[in-house]
Amino acid sequence: MSERSSVFDMIGPVMIGPSSSHTAGVVRIGRVARRVLGKQPDEAQITFYNSFARTYEGHGSNRAILAGLLDFKTDDVRIKQALDIAKEEGLKYNFRSVGNASVFHPNTVKLELTAGERKVEVIGESLGGGVIRIPKLNGFTANFSAAHHTLIITAKDVKGSIAFISNVLANDNCNIATMSVSRKGKNDLACLVIEMDSGIQPIVQQYLSHLDWVQEVLYIPDIDF
Amino acid sequence: MAFLFDSFEGWKQYCEEHNKSLHETVLAFEAEQKGRTKDEVWAHLSNAYHVMKDAVETGLHEDMQSQSGMINNGAKKVFNYPTPVLSPEFQRLISRALAAKEVNSCMGRVVAAPTAGASGILPGTMYTLQEIHQLDDEQIIEGLLIGAGIALIIEQKASLAGAVGGCQAETGSAAAMASGAIVHCLGGNIDQVFNAVATTIQCMLGLVCDPVAGLVEVPCVVRNASASAIAFSSAQIALANVNAVIPVDECVEAMGEIGQSMEARYKETALGGLAATRTGQAISKRVLIQDIEMLPDEEQQEG
Repeated sequence: MSERSSVFDMIGPVMIGPSSSHTAGVVRIGRVARRVLGKQPDEAQITFYNSFARTYEGHGSNRAILAGLLDFKTDDVRIKQALDIAKEEGLKYNFRSVGNASVFHPNTVKLELTAGERKVEVIGESLGGGVIRIPKLNGFTANFSAAHHTLIITAKDVKGSIAFISNVLANDNCNIATMSVSRKGKNDLACLVIEMDSGIQPIVQQYLSHLDWVQEVLYIPDIDF
Repeated sequence: MAFLFDSFEGWKQYCEEHNKSLHETVLAFEAEQKGRTKDEVWAHLSNAYHVMKDAVETGLHEDMQSQSGMINNGAKKVFNYPTPVLSPEFQRLISRALAAKEVNSCMGRVVAAPTAGASGILPGTMYTLQEIHQLDDEQIIEGLLIGAGIALIIEQKASLAGAVGGCQAETGSAAAMASGAIVHCLGGNIDQVFNAVATTIQCMLGLVCDPVAGLVEVPCVVRNASASAIAFSSAQIALANVNAVIPVDECVEAMGEIGQSMEARYKETALGGLAATRTGQAISKRVLIQDIEMLPDEEQQEG
């Protein structure tokens, strides 16, 4: 059985309507994508799949996803004006609807973001009650919820890298909750997603990103902060 | 303590054995199971009640028109109508429940209590109760704590989600929370609080979730008003010690059983009931996005 709910779940959360899966969860997916990109995007190509494809306008998921990209939180009253605010801030966006995508969860959105030379692709699922999952990131399998502290490391597929990284984290007193590894091919690039119970120090992130076999280290603290 | 909210009978027994009131045990549960202090819980609920009252005021004073156009400032019309059908208090109750729920439908800030679809019921009932009986915020927050305990048990024995148990699970649960809170705030004992919950559930059983175009608007908004009225009628009955006959735990079990046997088209899928009427389908066609690229069935998809 899953963990017992709390008073905070029964009277709460404070959120922007109309529905936790169509607004709160979608804002969170936008916030994750912004953190993966590292800054506010100049351009966003947003694809809503399946159930989202038909209802994203009526439920305001289009506003919610832009609000997340603008770094608004799930209870920010500006979510409703996100279409206008995005325009004012020079964030160019385009929405697309795709149905019958059988491999995806009913409420799935794909974000293709550009900021200067940097491009990222994030797929997010809104599971209900505002809970999300990021199944894919830049083509790699990722599978994280962003409810914990998440570390995403893109590195060359070298022997001993996982042991090395987990050792560094253990020395920083971080407990690993979940970990997933995926790679494009043998000796090619690999993506390591680690969810931790607590945050890491900036110096640890810096150290990891300076290793010659590491291409990039992204750190996403609890998505609501 | 982890099992405190498995049943109403167990909750009552725990209160009696430890000589504690209902709301004290909710605080104790939250402290032991979630590591939250009394002050933290109190601050959360106090903020939640503040947001609820704000939502009522927003709905009564700002423009509330939903993207689909189905919700169009109804709460204000009710609030300002010259003839109260029962009493001015009743008129305010109904318009406040509508107001907070309209805010939810129009992308404003609300408290999911227990869900966003039922977010007008506790604001409408608690605001009006406080006004009529001159209660202070502390009493209302005690009531909200008890409401949370009630919801924890319903979640455990039945469901709080329309997609799982139909509308009875959302507006029914919120009405049960509200009526228990009302009885507590007016000095009712544990049996009277639970009797109010049982009576409310009996009145709300069987409601299906059939939202037009799948949007949380019609009939969700008006059901928040009717559920608020039922919360008060049940509280009136329970305070007078009129027995609900079927014990509260069994009422909740009945809600779970009905929810399970409900067909999928009545569980938030917008395939049955009001959503499937001629007008419902026409609205759906108008407000839902029609320009969708449909992927072929067997194609290996990207991803």
